[in-house]
Order: sequence, then C-alpha cells, then structure tokens
Amino acid sequence: MGGMKKLINEPGDVVSEALRGMAAAHPDRLRVDLENRIVYRKDAPRPGKVGLISGGGSGHEPMHGGFVGFGMLDAACAGEVFTSPVPDQMMAATKEVDAGAGVLHIVKNYTGDVMNFEMAAELAEDTEVLSVVTNDDVAVQDSLYTAGRRGVGVTVLLEKIVGAAAEEGRSLQEVAELATKVNDNGRSMGMALTSCTVPAAGKPTFDLAENEMEVGIGIHGEPGRQRLPLAPAKDIAAMLVDPVLGDLPYQQGDSVIAFVNGMGGTPLIELYLMFNEVAQLLDRAGITVARSLVGNYITSLEMAGCSVTLLKVDDELVRLWDAPVNTPGLRWGA
Amino acid sequence: MGVENFVDWLRDAARTLHDNAAYLTELDSAIGDADHGANMDRGFAAIVALLDESTFDSVDELMKKAGMTLVSKVGGASGPLYGTFFLRFGTALAGAELTPATIGEAFKAGVGGILARGKPELGDKTMYDAWAPALEAYDAAVSGGSGLKEALEAAAEAAAKGRDATVPLVARKGRASYLGERSAGHQDPGATSTTLLLESAARTLA
Repeated sequence: MGGMKKLINEPGDVVSEALRGMAAAHPDRLRVDLENRIVYRKDAPRPGKVGLISGGGSGHEPMHGGFVGFGMLDAACAGEVFTSPVPDQMMAATKEVDAGAGVLHIVKNYTGDVMNFEMAAELAEDTEVLSVVTNDDVAVQDSLYTAGRRGVGVTVLLEKIVGAAAEEGRSLQEVAELATKVNDNGRSMGMALTSCTVPAAGKPTFDLAENEMEVGIGIHGEPGRQRLPLAPAKDIAAMLVDPVLGDLPYQQGDSVIAFVNGMGGTPLIELYLMFNEVAQLLDRAGITVARSLVGNYITSLEMAGCSVTLLKVDDELVRLWDAPVNTPGLRWGA
Repeated sequence: MGVENFVDWLRDAARTLHDNAAYLTELDSAIGDADHGANMDRGFAAIVALLDESTFDSVDELMKKAGMTLVSKVGGASGPLYGTFFLRFGTALAGAELTPATIGEAFKAGVGGILARGKPELGDKTMYDAWAPALEAYDAAVSGGSGLKEALEAAAEAAAKGRDATVPLVARKGRASYLGERSAGHQDPGATSTTLLLESAARTLA
C-alpha cells in the first residue's frame, strides 16, 4: 500500500485551511468564522426569516458549507473530517442566524451528530430551535435496536427545498413540517468502488480489491453491508434502484427528483452513464423523473462510487426545488 | 487524596490515549470511521493544555472543566459521552469528601450520564459494555471493604473483560451498527478507550 497522496500541508490543518479557501473564493456570498469553523451566509441573519443550520463532519464537500447562501442554508458547522461538529459551534451559529423567527437544525442521523446537535439545542436557551433528522439510507435495516438509518443524499435535496420555503417567509413550524415531509418521501442507496483515506489516519479506511465493490456504504468511508464482485453499471444501477423503489414504496405514476450523486472520486461521465441506467429503470417502473440532479454533492473524500436518491414530489416540492438558489455548490435562477 | 491525584489521572490518561491513538483508530477503522484515536488524543491534549495553564482548587471544578473540554474538542459520539461522564462525575463530587464511597457515587452518576445521553443497553457493543461491569465491580469491592486502589483495579479488570466480550457481539448502536452481522469479530473502540481510562485511574488515583 502506498502512502497518502493528497493536496494538503499538514493532516491536522486540512479543515481550517479548506475553510480559509472557501472564505477567499466566495467573499461575495459567504463569511467564515474560522475560530468556530462556521460558514455563514454573508447577509445572515435575515430579518423575519427562519434560520437554517446544518453541519457535520468535513470530507463531504460541497455539503454543507457549499450549500450556504441565498435559498439554502444560513450557516454550516464544520467538524473534523468525518467527525461531528461540537455543541459550541451549533450554539454560536444558532445565536448568530436567529432573526427572531427561530432556527431549524438539519441533522443527518449519525449518533455523534444527533448527540452534539441535541446538546446544542438544549443549551441554546434564548432561541426557539426545532430539529429535523434525515435518515434516508435504505442500506441500513431500521430497527428500534440500532442507531437507525443514516442521513445521506436526501439531505442535499432537503436543504434546497426547505431553504426555498424559509426564503418565502414561512414559520419555523411550517418549515420543520416541510423538512419532515421531504425526509419521509426520500430514499437513498450508495456503493463504493474504492475506499478513502482520512488525512489524520493516513491510510484507507477499508481495503477493496481491484475486482470488488462495496454496496450499501454510508458517507464516512464506513464499510457497507455487502462486498460483491465488480459488476457492469446496469447491474449496479439495479442494485441501488430496486431497494430504494421497494422501500417507500415508489409506485407507478409517481413523480420524483432523481439524484445520482458521486462519492468524490468518480468522474461526471460515469455519473451520467449511471443516470442513464437509473432513468431507464424508473421508466420501466412507470415513474416520472420530474427533475434531476447529477454530480458530486455529498461525498466521501476521494472515494469512487455513487449513490442514488429518489424523492417523491408533488407540485409544491417541484416549485420549491425550482426556486432561485445561489450557493457555491448549487446555483440557478439567481 | 486530593485534586492532585485527579490531575495525575487526567495527565496519565492523556499519555495513555496518545500512545494508543493509532491502535484505537485501527479498531475504529474495522467497524467505524477511523477517527476514535485521533479524537480522544485531541480531546485529552486539550485537557493537558488546560492543566498547564490553570490550577484547580476542587475536584468537581476540575472534572467539570475537563468534561466541557471533551464536549468541545472531541466531537463524534465520544465527545458528548465522555464529556457527560466527567461533567456528572464532577458535579456529584461538589463539596464531598473524597472517599471510596463518594467516588463510587460520582462514578455511578457519570455512567448514568452516559446512559442518558446514548441510551445504550448491555451487549450493544459500545463503551457501556465496559462501563457497566466496571461500576458493578467497583461497588462490590467497596461494599466488601476494599480501599480505593483495589476497587479501581477491580473496575479496570471488569472493564477489560467487558471490552473483550464485545468482540463477538453484533453492534446495535453507533456507526458499527450499520454493518449488521459484519460488526461481529471486532473489538469495540469505545469499550477499549474506556478500559484505558479506568486502568489509568487505577494507576493514579490511589
């Protein structure tokens, strides 16, 4: 196994130096609190608007810092690579973006993220805080006795849609209900062709042979549920789409936002090839692709692979999806 | 017995966790996300920095500050869990004389904090699988007339047994639970760091 080959200076400085880079690259849209590792929308707090905060471990870029801006998040708290941010960060961000209309915490369902956001919500006494926990990963068996399903691709779609609703001036309660609706109607499944290397660890999180793939991965380089021989894209697409379709379940006549996401190390040409396979499977199932998203939006460092997310939509969700957004990671109409 | 013993404990724990950081991370990469060693090392290094720049008059003040430092610096699930342990441990010792019994009460309060925050059950393959038998062994030793040192040694031994017993378990909490059956056959990193902390306590607190 070779050494770690990354564009870094010191492993311990990766997150703070990347945040400096975001601040330098997007001074028109963002301001970055380097001490607390929080990316803020430049004009936050917006009077009368519900504040939207998310956060999580770093290494998933552009999520979450890249989704801060008009029509999406007001603040994103960055943890160490693949490690939840700490309550101090969420408390500082909550206080900063609260314009009197309350704050929604968007939390991916990982034990650490949930605990740290919970502590922050308990400690942020002066602000009304509601939370939504995303848990759309069908690879994880849901059960009372486990940590439950992971929050993955749906988080991106949720931040966009809920961001548009908050921009319209909806109340905290309404925004939180919409967030729950999005999470309830979305499902995802991911796979990896390669592992990834956390800079502080210096070696890959798991080993995959040249002819193997890992199906059912999350976004932290944690191994998945099944290791299988590498297969053609059309077979992989079915392995991802079938469990997603069967889970909600999505039915003939449904409209969806179809999202093929890259894990960070897979080129767009392969993601479009995958989208072609996914679109054919959906067509065969009688499901209409109302909108689509293809690209690297919720990643695992340099991992190669992809995930498929379907979000069942109605006219309201499509309208909010189409609303203008202007963030470093997602921009249209503004 | 006084605040200096607890300072020794924290410094010794920091050294031990630093020396075992690569080992903890290796355990975590098998069933988690390969950050436990680095996170614990960072958190306890911050405690050492705190000890270097401040003095503490009481154990409760020291432990509460240590707990807040872990909550602020560790992240993940370990930050809130270990942070809550030290916060509750410290709070329970406020104004108390330091005896095997009062330290046992603080120990119990700390483990209660972990239970409240993480809602683990015995056998979930978590740090609680080391904490629970350790607390039980400590209490039994103190009830049987043992001194602090023997009680802490009994606790550390029970924690090590609990840690070893996590190997065949299928994880039901934390990131390892996403692996389902494949989490079996691996030692839990949290139960391992808990055992290191308790072994350090047995070396330094009495």
